[in-house]
Amino acid sequence: MSYPATVLDAVTTTRGFLLVLSIIVPVAGVLLAFVVGGRHIERLAFATILFGLAIAAAILVALQQSDGPLVYLLGAWAPPLGVALRADGLSAVMMMVAAVVISAVGVFAGADFRPAAAESRAPFAFWILLLGIWAALNIVFLGGDLFTLYVALELVTFAAVPLVSLDGRAETLQAALRYLLFALTGSVLYLLGTTLFYGLYGTLDIVLLSHRVRAQPATLVAAALMTTGLLAKTALFPLYLWLPPAHAGAPAAASAILSGLVVKGSFFILVRLWFQVMPGLPGFAATQLLAALGGAAIVFGSVVALRQERLKLVIAYSTLAQIGYLFLMFPLALSASGQLESGGALAGGLLQAVSHATAKAAMFLAAGSIYAVLGQDRIAGLGGVWRALPIAVLAFALGGVALMGIQPSGAYLAKELLLQAAAEKGQWWWAVVLQAGGIFTAAYVLLVLAHVLAPAKAPIASDRPALRIQETAALALALCSLLLGLLPWEAYLPIAQGIPSYRLGPEAVSKTLSKVLLPILGGTVVATLLGRWGPPPAHITSWKPPLAVVDPIRRIGLALGDLIERSDGFLRQWPVAGVTLLVLVLLFGGCNADGLVMRMQARPASGRHQLFA
Amino acid sequence: MTDTTIFGLYAAAAVGFGLYGLITNPQPLRKIVAFNLMGSGVFLLLGVVGRRGAAAGFGNDPVPQALVITGIVVAFSATALAVALLLRLFQTAGSATLRDDAPASASINQSGD
Repeated sequence: MSYPATVLDAVTTTRGFLLVLSIIVPVAGVLLAFVVGGRHIERLAFATILFGLAIAAAILVALQQSDGPLVYLLGAWAPPLGVALRADGLSAVMMMVAAVVISAVGVFAGADFRPAAAESRAPFAFWILLLGIWAALNIVFLGGDLFTLYVALELVTFAAVPLVSLDGRAETLQAALRYLLFALTGSVLYLLGTTLFYGLYGTLDIVLLSHRVRAQPATLVAAALMTTGLLAKTALFPLYLWLPPAHAGAPAAASAILSGLVVKGSFFILVRLWFQVMPGLPGFAATQLLAALGGAAIVFGSVVALRQERLKLVIAYSTLAQIGYLFLMFPLALSASGQLESGGALAGGLLQAVSHATAKAAMFLAAGSIYAVLGQDRIAGLGGVWRALPIAVLAFALGGVALMGIQPSGAYLAKELLLQAAAEKGQWWWAVVLQAGGIFTAAYVLLVLAHVLAPAKAPIASDRPALRIQETAALALALCSLLLGLLPWEAYLPIAQGIPSYRLGPEAVSKTLSKVLLPILGGTVVATLLGRWGPPPAHITSWKPPLAVVDPIRRIGLALGDLIERSDGFLRQWPVAGVTLLVLVLLFGGCNADGLVMRMQARPASGRHQLFA
Repeated sequence: MTDTTIFGLYAAAAVGFGLYGLITNPQPLRKIVAFNLMGSGVFLLLGVVGRRGAAAGFGNDPVPQALVITGIVVAFSATALAVALLLRLFQTAGSATLRDDAPASASINQSGD
């Protein structure tokens, strides 16, 4: 199959109806839910999820058999006037991941949100919102023009915001309102860019635009506005003011969806925009800026994650760091001629998104199981929890291992692809960031595991037994993420045949070992230096001598952590985030203009830098 | 100065004022109003775009008009959702403010609860 779609499609392909079906089925589920009412909604949701899963699988199969993307023209109107739905390899993969994550979360939530168990409307709302998010995400993955993507993006937000405030407490309502307002700011910027695009080129269809887009000032403004708007929705550092409070109070199932899928929606649109609409427009500077934000997100998010006291917030800040990881692919995909090419780096970025979606959802679900049993999720109080919830702890550990990028996880394959691209492009500094990302991930996972595996201070008094079905759902997702690297991705993602050496060979054992040891050893050091360990509890008094040795270094680490944590509070103030948003628009505009000027080779370097002022 | 230029400038001003209000106003309701002002600016810009695209001989380009209608529906739903959240927040908390500026440090300090 060809990727990306560059030929304009005039007709609906044979299996094109599958695309419409994938959107209609969840929507029909939502509508039927209002008919059948709260009593049977769970059964209805499960039926819809099964059906949707089958459709996603059918699209994967159909795509492999067809020699181009699947296309459906709505109302048989061709793109200049009509709207097309297109499924290429990227869409198919993301749709399958969304289906898998939603299925697992559905199984998990089936135990939590039983309509009979609660008198409130929360269960009913949860199922409707879950299906609504699914439908909206499918439109995001399939939408063929920028305005459809805008509507889909808004639908995702509208369905995601109430999930945050499902329990109706004041803090969660506040978090939801914050999220909604900030997301709306982002989406108006996106719509403004879309409007400019239409004014310039008279079409919003992605394929048509990719032929027409030229580097001119108004295009640069539009691109900068849209990019920044999407970054605000993706919660890329430093535009993440809504993310931590949203996760702090949301139910575990909602957090899993929010972190695993919702932020991937806007990320996916950004990929479409940069790689398909305007691959030739963002120059070296713009891609470096995007990845620099990603790198900052990794360091910042990881350090703050290491200092959290609640397990859920560790995972939330880890999401912040992992979102940064997704943006490292942009400079690595830039070819020598200044085009963003759909090659190994793009495949690596997408794979990272896929593995993060599954692993992070698994970790949130595992944390949710732990919270449900303990009634709290303070890390210092997690000792001995592995006895009560062995499967949940295993799921958390495996999810963490998968995120670290250890074989055979999807994140490992993604890291290999990105490292390879970094070597090819000679951008060694991103290779350093990639390795550091793995080390930081290992640090906070190890920090949590060290507390979890410690002996209990007091026997766990629980009013609620562990629900094995919930733990199993988390474990299934974690295993999914861990085994992603073994799947044949070449059929869907632009991976050159046989290049990544992810199959275990006897000669590769030492190499593999070093790749496993680097994040784990590095992570141990980082966790020791920066982690929030509290006063040493009784059971590690025997460690006191070695602790005394590292103490001076640790004090520096703690001071650094304090500083970063304080700036976290600063950056999450609304006016600061708003101004950052504007600055980013200017920076992206400036960087794009920089590339434009370089391409014209009209001006000396001194003239270019005025654009940043 | 043609009419499209004038309306284009109006649109830019509305977007600018809206953005300013959205960033600087601490009160959620004013933020919602600012969002609507910004949205109106964008819709006006779409109208200008449609007018400019009318050079082909039509009275107006119909596509931006369709986009405006859809955009208004989306902005209306967004406003409704935001106001509903705000009302619920007011009923629950007794005040409607986003000034919970440092939930992270708060969550660290009060995590003993």
